[in-house]
Amino acid sequence: MDRRKFLKIAGMSSLLGIGGFSVANTVRNDLEASQIKSNPAALTAKRWAMVVDMSKFKAPEDYQKCIDACHRVHNVPAGSDNPKHEIKWMWPDTYEHAFPGNEDEYLAEKVKDMPFLLLCNHCDNPPCVRVCPTKATFKRESDGIVMMDMHRCIGCRFCMAGCPYGARSFNYKDPRPHINESKQNREFPTRMKGVVEKCTLCYERLAKGLEPACVEAAKEVAVKKGTTPGLIFGDLEDPKSEVRKILSERFSIRRKPELGTGPSVYYVL
Amino acid sequence: MYNGGKIIIGILIFVGLVISPFLLTGEKATAKPDPKVDTPEIMKLPENERKCVESKDYMKREHMKMLNEWRDLVVRDGLTIYTSKSGKEHTMSLQNNCMKCHSNKTKFCDECHNYAGVKPYCWDCHIAPKEKET
Repeated sequence: MDRRKFLKIAGMSSLLGIGGFSVANTVRNDLEASQIKSNPAALTAKRWAMVVDMSKFKAPEDYQKCIDACHRVHNVPAGSDNPKHEIKWMWPDTYEHAFPGNEDEYLAEKVKDMPFLLLCNHCDNPPCVRVCPTKATFKRESDGIVMMDMHRCIGCRFCMAGCPYGARSFNYKDPRPHINESKQNREFPTRMKGVVEKCTLCYERLAKGLEPACVEAAKEVAVKKGTTPGLIFGDLEDPKSEVRKILSERFSIRRKPELGTGPSVYYVL
Repeated sequence: MYNGGKIIIGILIFVGLVISPFLLTGEKATAKPDPKVDTPEIMKLPENERKCVESKDYMKREHMKMLNEWRDLVVRDGLTIYTSKSGKEHTMSLQNNCMKCHSNKTKFCDECHNYAGVKPYCWDCHIAPKEKET
C-alpha cells in the first residue's frame, strides 16, 4: 500500500465513523424526545416576573395570606427562636432595609413604614448561580427562574453570601420536626439538614398550569376586597403581558438594581 | 506433635469463633427479601392495568437509574411527563406518582434496600406515604 492509498482509506473510514456516530445519536435523541415531554397545560414564558403593587399591601393581614400560602405549599418550617435559623421564602421588611441607599430623612412616613413583601428576585444575572460550586442553583434557560436542585446542594452557603437580597435560608437543623404534620403539603418534599432553600417561583405549580401560590392568595384577597390583586405575575418579554402593561403605566422600583443583577421583581407604590 | 491436645483444642475454638456468626443468626441472615406489591391502591385497579411504568424486570434492575434521570429531567429541564413503551403517559414523580400505587414503603422499598445494605436518601426530604400499622 502506498502512502496516498493509505491516507485515502484512513480519511474515508474516519468520515464514515463520524457519520455513523451522528446517525446513532439522532436515533437516540428521537427516542428520548418521544418518551419525555413537558405537561401541555404548563404555564410558560421567556422570563417570568412579578409586580408587587404596594398600594394593596397596607396592613399585615394583606401580605400574611400570601406568605402563609407560600410557606404552607412548600412545607417551610415555622419560625425558630434563633433568628439565624429562620427559613423564609417570602417575608416583609421596611423600606430602608429593602431599598438601602435610597433612604431619605424626609421620606413620607407611610412609605417608610410600609411592609414591603420580599422574595427571591429571580435575577437575570444571578450572583448565587455564579458562585454555586455544584450547579445546585441554576437559572432555567427556558423561563429565567432561578432554581434550586436540592439533590445537589452541599450546603456550602456561598450562594447566601452571594445573594444581595438575603433571599436564601440555610437549614441549620432538620426542618421536619418544625413542620406541623397535619398541615404539611404531602405533594411537595421538605428539605433536610444542611441545604439552602429559597423561593423557586412555584416551578412545580407552573408545570401543572397553576399560578404561584402567593399570586393565587393575593387574587383571593382581592376578590374578597373587590380590588385588583397586589401581586401580578407574567412574562416580562411579552409586551402584551399584564406585568408589562403595569410597568409601562406606573413608576416602578427594583431592589438594588445598581448591582447589575437584573432583578425580576418590581415594586409599584 | 508437641502439645498436640492443646493445639487441636485451640484450632477447634478458633473455628468455632469464626463460624459463630453463621450459627447464631441461622436462617435469618439468608432470608430472601420479599417486596410486596399488593397495596390496596394496586389491588383496586383492574387486572390488565396493574402495570408499572416499565416491565417488572426493567424496574427491578434499573429503577435507581430511572429515578435519577427523572429527577434531573423534572427539576432541571422542567419536563414532567414520561411516555412508557406501552404509550401510557406518567407524571415523573416519586412522591406523587410512584408512591401513590406503592403506598407500602416499608414492604416495597425498605425490604430490599435493608437486605442489600443500601441507604438511599430519598426520604430525608420526600414525604413517604402514611402506612397503617399492621
